[in-house]
Amino acid sequence: MPELLEQERPQSLATEHGEALLRNELRRQIARLEHQLSELWASAFPRRGFEWKVGAAGGPRILGAAELERVRDALVVRVREAQIELGRRADVEEANRVLVERMIADPDDYRWVRISNEDVGERECKHWHARPRWGFVGMLLGWWRVKMSSGCPLASGAPVGVPHQHLSLGEET
Amino acid sequence: MRQFMSEAEPVRGWVAPDLAAEFEGLGVYSLGVDRGSGRSPREVKGQLRELAGRFSGGQVVNMRHQAIPWAYRVFFRQIGLDPDEQRTPVEEIALRRMQDGGFKSQNLLDDALTIAIAETSVALRAFDGDRIDGDVGLRLTDVGEELEGRRGALPPGTLVIADQARPLGLLFGATAEGRGVNPKTKRMLLCAVGVKGVPDIAVEEALWLASEVIGV
Repeated sequence: MPELLEQERPQSLATEHGEALLRNELRRQIARLEHQLSELWASAFPRRGFEWKVGAAGGPRILGAAELERVRDALVVRVREAQIELGRRADVEEANRVLVERMIADPDDYRWVRISNEDVGERECKHWHARPRWGFVGMLLGWWRVKMSSGCPLASGAPVGVPHQHLSLGEET
Repeated sequence: MRQFMSEAEPVRGWVAPDLAAEFEGLGVYSLGVDRGSGRSPREVKGQLRELAGRFSGGQVVNMRHQAIPWAYRVFFRQIGLDPDEQRTPVEEIALRRMQDGGFKSQNLLDDALTIAIAETSVALRAFDGDRIDGDVGLRLTDVGEELEGRRGALPPGTLVIADQARPLGLLFGATAEGRGVNPKTKRMLLCAVGVKGVPDIAVEEALWLASEVIGV
């Protein structure tokens, strides 16, 4: 029996060492993917509708290799999805930018078309609107122009009755 | 009980060997403060206002590119937390700044921690200094170990911040009942958790800054 244990020890140590190396490698991959996801997050701002959550494996604890693999794979999927969605939106936004240029050049061909800043992937509430000059008169005479809105309404403070939840860092709740 | 009474230097805490072997760069520092919390003086409220003015939306968007906030996000993922569900301390503060339009004063301790975390991005928390036995460190829980105030045993292998006798709180999570700072607290222990990618000097600076705001 002691001979058997002697024989088994080096192998189990090697397996343990191999597992530890694998976990380290997976953690390194998770760090790299998190960096990519952070870059995409910043590039995507201020666009909305992206899903960034990967889901928690349940912690805080030391994750095994299989669990780390699951986190890594979920991050790969999330990065890929974000890249595809960002690329898709960039194409749409580029097309909208071209449309705005055409509207400005020839508003008569784009009657009542309205493009917002969000449609071109930018912040704030500005929009371009092809409208008739002098209302009904312009409409009858075919005098069209692109009107640019002046931006967002003024801030009016936080809505009443909406409690803000936040974590107390030091004190007990 | 730990004998600190406004320590001059941050003390490096222990990290259990199995944890240290797994996470290179993981560490905890603590600094004793010989006073409790209470209301923030006008100067601290002024500091919060000034900080809110410097903490812009652009900064928040670029936060994830910065080395320290990114290091905490990575560590969260590696220990089974999703930083988009359970936010890292600095992101929690950034979110609060965006939601409230500023930093609202809560009490001296929370204000000091807010200022120090926002300035350094280092994860800080505090405990009641009179309710700590020995040095503070990081370890994994044993089978059947509990966190005071929480029903049932913690899953074995949970990462906790602990003293020599018991877990004081989950790492980046809930504090054990009776171990946090409360209005009767006379002495506080500020703790900073550093992870791989967070320089020791930043961790120490965070503790200094918090204790300076508290006014010791």
